[in-house]
Amino acid sequence: MPLHVWVNAGVALLVLGVTVAAWRIRHNTLWREAGRELWRRRPLALTFVALYSAFALCDSISWIDAEGMGVREPRSLLVRAFPADFQEASYSAPLADVEFYGAQPLKHPGAHWLGTDILGRDVLLQALRGARVALLVGGLTSLIAIPLALLFGVAAGYRGGWLDDVVVFLITVLFAMPGLLLLIALIMALGRGPVQVCIALGVTGWVSFARLARGETLKLRELDYVQAARALGVSELRIVVRHVVPNLMHLVVITFVLTFSGLVLSEAVLSWLGLGIDGSWGQMIDRARDELSRDPIIWWNLTAASAALFGLILAVNLVGDAVRDILDPRTLRERA
Amino acid sequence: MLAYLVRRLAWAVVTVLGVLLFLFVLFFMLATPDDIARKAVGEKAPQAVLDQWKANHGYDKPRVWNPESPGDTMLVEHFRRMLTFDFGNSDADDTPIGARLWSGAGPSLAFTVPLFVSGLVLGISLSLFIAFFRETYIDRAGTVIAVLAMSVSTLLYIVGVQFVLGKLLRWFPISGFDSSPEVMIRFLALPVIVGLMSGIGGDLRFYRTVFVEESSRDYVRTARAKGCSEGRIMGRHVLRNSLIPILTGVVMQIPFLFAGSLLLESFFGIPGLGSITVDAINANDFATLRVVVYIDSLLFIVGMIATDVSYTLADPRVRLG
Repeated sequence: MPLHVWVNAGVALLVLGVTVAAWRIRHNTLWREAGRELWRRRPLALTFVALYSAFALCDSISWIDAEGMGVREPRSLLVRAFPADFQEASYSAPLADVEFYGAQPLKHPGAHWLGTDILGRDVLLQALRGARVALLVGGLTSLIAIPLALLFGVAAGYRGGWLDDVVVFLITVLFAMPGLLLLIALIMALGRGPVQVCIALGVTGWVSFARLARGETLKLRELDYVQAARALGVSELRIVVRHVVPNLMHLVVITFVLTFSGLVLSEAVLSWLGLGIDGSWGQMIDRARDELSRDPIIWWNLTAASAALFGLILAVNLVGDAVRDILDPRTLRERA
Repeated sequence: MLAYLVRRLAWAVVTVLGVLLFLFVLFFMLATPDDIARKAVGEKAPQAVLDQWKANHGYDKPRVWNPESPGDTMLVEHFRRMLTFDFGNSDADDTPIGARLWSGAGPSLAFTVPLFVSGLVLGISLSLFIAFFRETYIDRAGTVIAVLAMSVSTLLYIVGVQFVLGKLLRWFPISGFDSSPEVMIRFLALPVIVGLMSGIGGDLRFYRTVFVEESSRDYVRTARAKGCSEGRIMGRHVLRNSLIPILTGVVMQIPFLFAGSLLLESFFGIPGLGSITVDAINANDFATLRVVVYIDSLLFIVGMIATDVSYTLADPRVRLG
């Protein structure tokens, strides 16, 4: 099966998962209240995140046109929102009617709101498409890292013994290597590519989640309700699933939102090292470095990519702060 | 204290061995010697050239198990070299790695020490100022600015500062390095400014939280009740008691001053360890990369132990045991 079919299936699965999660949240008082509170505090930032997600989704659903309809490669919903031949010969300024160098008339005068890049591609479209890579980096990575970290961290913390020793050793070793260098080493060893980058980010992100999950499980294991469940003869697996993991979830959510922006920003750095993912904002910024030394300068590429990146990170940071304030029991007590 | 340190050091040794094992899996098992040699000699090179390259760089031994002489494997060689700090030659240009890294430590320190000191002074004094005016517009504006500053990619800071201060205003040279102090200061100005800008947001938020939390304690109220001035409360009581959480972050950074900064050094042409690392990445120089990761994890472990020891110095209540 071609790649884009797999991606489409993944998107369908993701939407299904989010719907189920949302439905579950509606039927849980604690999470529903937290969600309402979050919306009350950060309506604008949440809207921004939703917008970025919408663009990312639209760019992830793609299909190939039937025979004889032009391009034979899959084009996404987002690309289809723009005209099919939306490409000029070279640079053009935002809303310009002619090319930047040479003043040749454009195919679509005045239609490129943010101008075009060196290959004549529309900058607005590229900036919007960057949302997909950013959310892929932040989201897919967490999707890999969190379940693994929960599995290892909770098992180690709950079981103890040799399992705990092994997991603690793994965590210490991975933690001892500085984040960015570990990332680079992993990508160099695994090879360059989007999946490899996500695996590398997942391995580095795994460590902090696993540390957290293990530490909390150690505490939860000794609490009265867990002891009571054990005394009543509830099976170990059931205790973990019903009593330990749900009481970890708020920490998982907080860490997820707080690490998300870090992941996206480190992809930008990786892009600059030539280890990033094609189509990311980091790559756009990297390419734009030479454009500033041209005369007259080309500023719209850099501005568009930086603004798009800044908008997402700022929104996620604001949401992250609010999520921490709402879900962290320590701040809860202060508010009460 | 002594027993604690001994146990801590033993654990550190185990961690170092783990890091070395991890590096072996990464650079000898996942990226096989054949892969590494292919990248070095090119896709189309004949097998003989490949084998020759592998022999020259010590990649031709059995990897883990050698039935003829068990000690003569890449695994043993890897551990021996790293633990004795005899790093051998670079994969890319056959220069000795140890000497190269050693020569990079000076420029790295020349850049990171001023950045570290000025960042610390600026961060603490600014956040003391903000915490002094907590729950006012100054506080709110400071928090907003900190979040804004945190949300900008370091890449943009670099490109922006180089463009505005270097190209438009022509205040400082855009990039480069010189070993004579007067010239060096001019070259180091831009990277230090960028480093301050990209770090200040996170520092400000963290320090502010610490200071605000500390100033809601009972002893602060007592000090205020007995007539201490607000300045004296912040400077003498709050600052000193906030030292512990601040030390955690700060002491950890000191060993890494040697490691330099990957991004800033290579953007601004400082020939430090960060630049060497970036060159190694671009040249597929796996030998150098291994050593850099190893050295950095050593620095990390030293930093962890130093942090614990510094607790006892800052707070007499802390007993390590």
